[in-house]
Amino acid sequence: MLERNPYIGGATVSRELHSGWTYSNCSYVCSLLRPEIARDLELPRHGLQVVPYGGGVTFKQDGDHFGNYYDHERQYREMARHSVRDANAYERYTADVMKQTRLIRPFLLRRPPDPTSLKWRDLRDLAEFAGAFTAMGEEGLADTLKFWTKSVGDYLCEYFESDVIKAHLAGSGIIGTALGVFSPGTAYVLLHHYMGDVDGNVGSWGFARGGMGAVAGALARSFQSFGGEIICDADVDQIIVNNGRTRGVALKNGTEYRADIVVSNLDPKRTFLDVMDAADLPADVVHRAENFKIRGSSGKLNIALDGLPTFTGLDKRSPLMLGDMHFSDSLERLERAYDDWKDGTWSQDPYLDMLIPSQADPTMAPPGKHMMTVFVQYAPPRIRGREWTDEDKAGFEKSVLDQIARYSPDFKDLILHCETRTPRELEAEVGLTEGNIFQGELTFDQLLFNRPFPGYAQYRGPVKGMYLCGSGTHPGGGVMAAPGANAAREILRDLRLPDIVPGGYADD
Amino acid sequence: MNSTSDDTMLLTTPFHSRVSRACELNAWGSWKGYTTPKAYTDVELEYFAIRSTTGVFDLTPMNKYRITGPDAGPFLNRLVTRNVDKLGIGRVGYTVWCDDAGQVMDDGTIFHLGENDYRLCAYARATDWLFWSALGFDVNIEDETAAVAALAVQGPTSCAALTAMGLEGLADLKPFGLAEYDFEGETLMVSRTGFTGDLGYELWITPRLAETLWDRLFEAGAPYLIKPFGSDALEIARIEAGFLQAGVDFVPAEEAVRNGRTRSPFELGLDWLVDLDKPLFNGRQALLREREQGSRYRFVLLDVDGNKPAHNSFIMKGRRKVGTVTSAAWCPTAKSNVAFAQVELPHGAVGEELVAEIYYQRELHWTRVLAPCRVIEAPVFNPPRRRATPALPF
Repeated sequence: MLERNPYIGGATVSRELHSGWTYSNCSYVCSLLRPEIARDLELPRHGLQVVPYGGGVTFKQDGDHFGNYYDHERQYREMARHSVRDANAYERYTADVMKQTRLIRPFLLRRPPDPTSLKWRDLRDLAEFAGAFTAMGEEGLADTLKFWTKSVGDYLCEYFESDVIKAHLAGSGIIGTALGVFSPGTAYVLLHHYMGDVDGNVGSWGFARGGMGAVAGALARSFQSFGGEIICDADVDQIIVNNGRTRGVALKNGTEYRADIVVSNLDPKRTFLDVMDAADLPADVVHRAENFKIRGSSGKLNIALDGLPTFTGLDKRSPLMLGDMHFSDSLERLERAYDDWKDGTWSQDPYLDMLIPSQADPTMAPPGKHMMTVFVQYAPPRIRGREWTDEDKAGFEKSVLDQIARYSPDFKDLILHCETRTPRELEAEVGLTEGNIFQGELTFDQLLFNRPFPGYAQYRGPVKGMYLCGSGTHPGGGVMAAPGANAAREILRDLRLPDIVPGGYADD
Repeated sequence: MNSTSDDTMLLTTPFHSRVSRACELNAWGSWKGYTTPKAYTDVELEYFAIRSTTGVFDLTPMNKYRITGPDAGPFLNRLVTRNVDKLGIGRVGYTVWCDDAGQVMDDGTIFHLGENDYRLCAYARATDWLFWSALGFDVNIEDETAAVAALAVQGPTSCAALTAMGLEGLADLKPFGLAEYDFEGETLMVSRTGFTGDLGYELWITPRLAETLWDRLFEAGAPYLIKPFGSDALEIARIEAGFLQAGVDFVPAEEAVRNGRTRSPFELGLDWLVDLDKPLFNGRQALLREREQGSRYRFVLLDVDGNKPAHNSFIMKGRRKVGTVTSAAWCPTAKSNVAFAQVELPHGAVGEELVAEIYYQRELHWTRVLAPCRVIEAPVFNPPRRRATPALPF
């Protein structure tokens, strides 16, 4: 395994940038990681522990808030404070979203069938896929198509009337996506954030103890326990192709590694346009890679705090403090935040997905001190067509810190250190093109057998011996490990070795 | 205080004022007649307090017997299967004790507090049996269940939290060791013991200071993310750690009505607790016979495929039923689906592939799964921090 950075993990990394504090520098919470894979690779034995967290809160501009309590009955009471009808409608909403997760979850650890193929395996998988759809019934099928194409804003408006409840739930529909809450396709992004689970609780999220780097660390130790070797500071220059098949990789420092099989977990753009030679590829692959939709939309702040900040109207001992915190209390504000992105700049009134994991994980900060992770939407890959400058980065950082400080009077005084990452840093440091955290937009045109593009969705590249295993393939991004497992299954098949990759657990 | 026969249904422990304030779910259960919380706020989050930070459990209702007198050591050696002579002062030992037929009556812990001074903690009430067994021994037996308040403080930051409360040097206490501290002019006894399989301690104090201890502990423990937990969270932790629960994984011999429903220590995988070299202890003859003639059952840990806990499952070998599950849980830290089962010998050797017949319901629809499972050698959760001395900060 070749890693460009001196440390492994990519976007799934924990780093100590301020002495005594550990940051989950990029990805920050865990739910989608397939338990089947964690168990099969013995990740717990290799040091991975995922601790669930509960609930969340959206602060309102009028000083009130909406608390999304972990306990459902408590949540009902809180929703009813804003709208009794919404509180009741939430039950219908939950069931409808669960119907969709139930449809998609069995296909996470499966290769997407090629609808144009007449191969027995594709036909069989396609039939199963169609079967799952038809089992939803006529109305269910209509709902499904709606869900997969609709905007999260429109979808939520079918259930709820309260601005703050809609805004609270809409966040999951835009995270990591260069679309607004009223852009078609964002309802699916919400589903993507709901389809994981922690210990069977579908939709739950958790912290990896020790930060998200614990996921990469456990995978690395597992890999090494099976004899794998990891080489850091290995910046791949090119995948070597000879007579239509891969022969290995060449590093920028001149080192070459010979290999009959090369698996790329870079995004499709970097894979096909950067580390592969256009002459080695069919013209349509180059063309499709060029047009692959991978737009940076997010930034990240990681903050070391001298203590637990006070939030207006919230007791420090409230369970809401343990969840995800937000400051956008209407769909309109969320859409306007997206307007700034279209305008080529960061949101002046940004949507934040903010957590303080050190309230649950004692390893992240010294006792009594805290670590805050702030995911920021939106931040464009370029500022009005030009590259980000350090002044831009400072402006972006200020818009985020100001947003938090509006609801937390002592917050700024508690800041000891802050790591700010715009799409520029995410691209340069992590290697995500444009800083897109999912390695490509999760819109219907780039899902299933269209991910990354038609004809190459089954993890095999256009060159013999070359495979894709990153989030740019089905079922997409989010520290899931599913694309890698699905790719491994195809590689074993091509090597005529037994399929030892675990299948998905059945939900029912 | 005089009590009449109709005073109250359930007793409360000396921590009750604090426990009831923290028990937001009002999910109460009864443990030997005491009001005890099944869960305080959320079972899963409480479980993770045990595994990631510090969890606190009120174990006052645990039956506690003080055994003193010149024959205290010999008496206990006669009672239990382990060699108590090897248990030094300031040490704690896990053990079982058997009836004459070599069947397990209970499991528990012996605390060697001082010269001729022991405490026996037991799941079942044991006064009657202790007095029977004391014939001919110069010992004094006292039920001190209500006289000693006890808290389990368990989890990776437990040592740091207790040290912050003022228990200096606690990190150097070895597993199964005892230490005494002065607390508000009284003795606070601390043992590095527990029922969670993690780093953890148990605190023993006079009921008069119980509330003070709770308050001081939670104040000092706040930066170490301390949280109380109920019996539901404990149940997951103990299964993950591979600990037997009396009354669940075996029937205390004296309570069993039906013939053949009791188990010997060998049949519970507790061979390591039986010292047949001891010349005399209760059940020895029967256990020697069993060693020669063979046992009926084997206690096994199973790693079950899938994520459906094998509650109450039959264990099959081919089409034949060869055993039953006594405890099962999806283990959230080990990410394993674990079951404890008793299987008929010769089945149950480590590595044997068996099948668990699991039934579960989703929206009125019952499903039967035949889940392959394997006999595993050791519990799925056994982290180095459990034994590390000095104890780690987290």
